[in-house]
Amino acid sequence: MIDPLIEVADSLRTHKVRTALAVLTVAWGIFMLVLLLGAGRGIQNGVELQFKDDAVNSIRIYQGKTTIAYNGLPRGRSISYNNEDYRQVRAKVGHVDKLTARYYVGDNLVSYGGQQAAFDIRGVHPDHLYLEKTVITAGRYINELDLLERRKVCVIGVQVVARLFEEGEEDGPVGKLLEVGGTVCQVVGVFTDVGSRREEEAVYLPVTTAQLLFGGSDRLHQLMYTVGEASYQESKDSEQQVRTLLANIHNFSPEDERAARIYNNLDEYKKITDLFYWVRVIVAVVGVGTVLTGILAVSNIMVISVSERRREIGIRKAIGATPGSITRLIVLESVILTTVAGYIGLLASLGLLELLKATVPENEYMYQPDVNTFVVVAVTVLVIVSGTLAGYLPARRAAVIDPVEALQPT
Amino acid sequence: MIDLADISKSYLMGQHSVHALSDVSLNIGQGEFVAIQGSSGSGKSTLLNILGILDTPDSGAYTLDGHVIENLSTSDAARYRNRFIGFVFQSFNLIHHKSALENVALPLYYQKVARKKRSRIAMEYLDRVGLADRADHKPAELSGGQSQRVAIARALITEPALLLADEPTGALDTQTSEQIMQIFRDVNDQGMTVVLVTHEPDIAAQARRSIVLRDGDIVSDLLNGSSLL
Ligand SMILES: Nc1ncnc2c1ncn2[C@@H]1O[C@H](COP(=O)(O)OP(=O)(O)OP(=O)(O)O)[C@@H](O)[C@H]1O
Ligand SMILES: [Mg+2]
Repeated sequence: MIDPLIEVADSLRTHKVRTALAVLTVAWGIFMLVLLLGAGRGIQNGVELQFKDDAVNSIRIYQGKTTIAYNGLPRGRSISYNNEDYRQVRAKVGHVDKLTARYYVGDNLVSYGGQQAAFDIRGVHPDHLYLEKTVITAGRYINELDLLERRKVCVIGVQVVARLFEEGEEDGPVGKLLEVGGTVCQVVGVFTDVGSRREEEAVYLPVTTAQLLFGGSDRLHQLMYTVGEASYQESKDSEQQVRTLLANIHNFSPEDERAARIYNNLDEYKKITDLFYWVRVIVAVVGVGTVLTGILAVSNIMVISVSERRREIGIRKAIGATPGSITRLIVLESVILTTVAGYIGLLASLGLLELLKATVPENEYMYQPDVNTFVVVAVTVLVIVSGTLAGYLPARRAAVIDPVEALQPT
Repeated sequence: MIDLADISKSYLMGQHSVHALSDVSLNIGQGEFVAIQGSSGSGKSTLLNILGILDTPDSGAYTLDGHVIENLSTSDAARYRNRFIGFVFQSFNLIHHKSALENVALPLYYQKVARKKRSRIAMEYLDRVGLADRADHKPAELSGGQSQRVAIARALITEPALLLADEPTGALDTQTSEQIMQIFRDVNDQGMTVVLVTHEPDIAAQARRSIVLRDGDIVSDLLNGSSLL
């Protein structure tokens, strides 16, 4: 096993320039391929980070003003929602998974002990937890019983805790009584938000409590829901059903997109995933292109190598080399060339990616550019297969060299 | 040892076919020392290549050491060459990027002899041709005579039954030619069959048997001075 390798190393060492050239072509190809894959992954990570804040498959419904006169009603009419809209959406719209409304109380003073500060107060349903990707770190979230009994309870963000509570306060905030906009509420939970720090400065109340305490009667400012595992098309259907339903209830034209402003997160997500599809296609095309160039370059170099070594091959045959052993020698040479070159390219690109990660500050366009073990394995397979392919034709040529002709004195 | 019967070989040159060998029959016994002479183009190299299974005749039968050499695959031909035949060429044909020792050891590589053992045996053979001290030299660093001695060591290392040499002294001066011929005589004395092609009468005179070719025909065949024809 080791003997053919020594033979190959010997012959590669003899033709340094040619070897270096071949190594360079293939290394460059692999370098570009892995770099592109890594950068692509980085951009994708960046985009996914931006989507992390909210549930990807969510639909949000905001209030609006009519822009089309309808059923004898003028345009410019404000549309606002109430608890009945929430019930109707739950009952009649397809693919509704997690559903919540929001009642915006707005910034209000919140105080505890000697500390006080203004925070964003919102009334929500229990499912709000999923729509904002809220993570409970202590206690619990708002639940149905809170809504039913209009309990004076609240869930507060970690930034609120940081502002109002002494560090290391006994037992933590859960169970403590806060004054929220003049009313005493009991803290039942603390949360963090993966998305942003701003979200962590919110105070959530049961929607019914918020309506009661802050003069909202049964008004709601916003509805939002997830569509579960629904496909893109199903989520578009669901969006259409909501629009029709609200148009019916509030007497506006179903064509009026400004009366109820509906945003489907999947629209954005689909745009991005479509984009990444094309990014991947381009990477694949460029990658295959460079690898093909590499194969051709190595194959070409092996052809030159074989024709330069006609005499050597003739000598080897005269003293007993079988055609098979000549084929193996050339193919092995080609495989070793591409493998060494491939790994040089791989290491160089991985090094550059690490350097990028270490030096470029985190930003949302490029986040943790990286390649996984699959890429490393794939590159290994790729260089071995392409080395074999590149070497095979020249090797066959070498194997059929006629020793009598090759040894003709010149 | 060698039995050739009605061997013919012709080459197509444009429209004409050139008869390199026409119906050559020849018998060479174990341990003989044969010189083949003839003018340029008379078919000497063609005959030697057929003897060495590097080339195949168009017609005729060849038996080497009891083996009928016919319709061999290229791989089998390679194995026969490796086991039975040693070649020495006018232009030495050493592999230029390998040291003298590696060149000598190469035939054993194709017999899958382990590297260490190969080197040890190669060293013995280099020593036999008086070049142990040049083992690590590349062919470019060797004189013509030294190169040819390395080539002979390479031909001998497999202990072949038959040693074939095509103008082995053609590129050498008289004095070095004499050293080379001495080695051929020595191995022949030890029982190896030697066939060498030469156009120099004084080289041919050192063989016990002398064959002369003309236009692909054997025109003279003398064993110790008496004709075998
Ligand atoms: N590959 C070939 N193609 C065409 N003709 C060839 C080939 N090899 C040999 N010949 C012809 O066959 C004849 C015999 O050639 P060969 O090489 O055996 O002669 P030779 O006796 O060795 O000559 P020299 O002393 O010049 O080496 C010559 O006429 C030569 O031109
Ligand atoms: Mg000749």
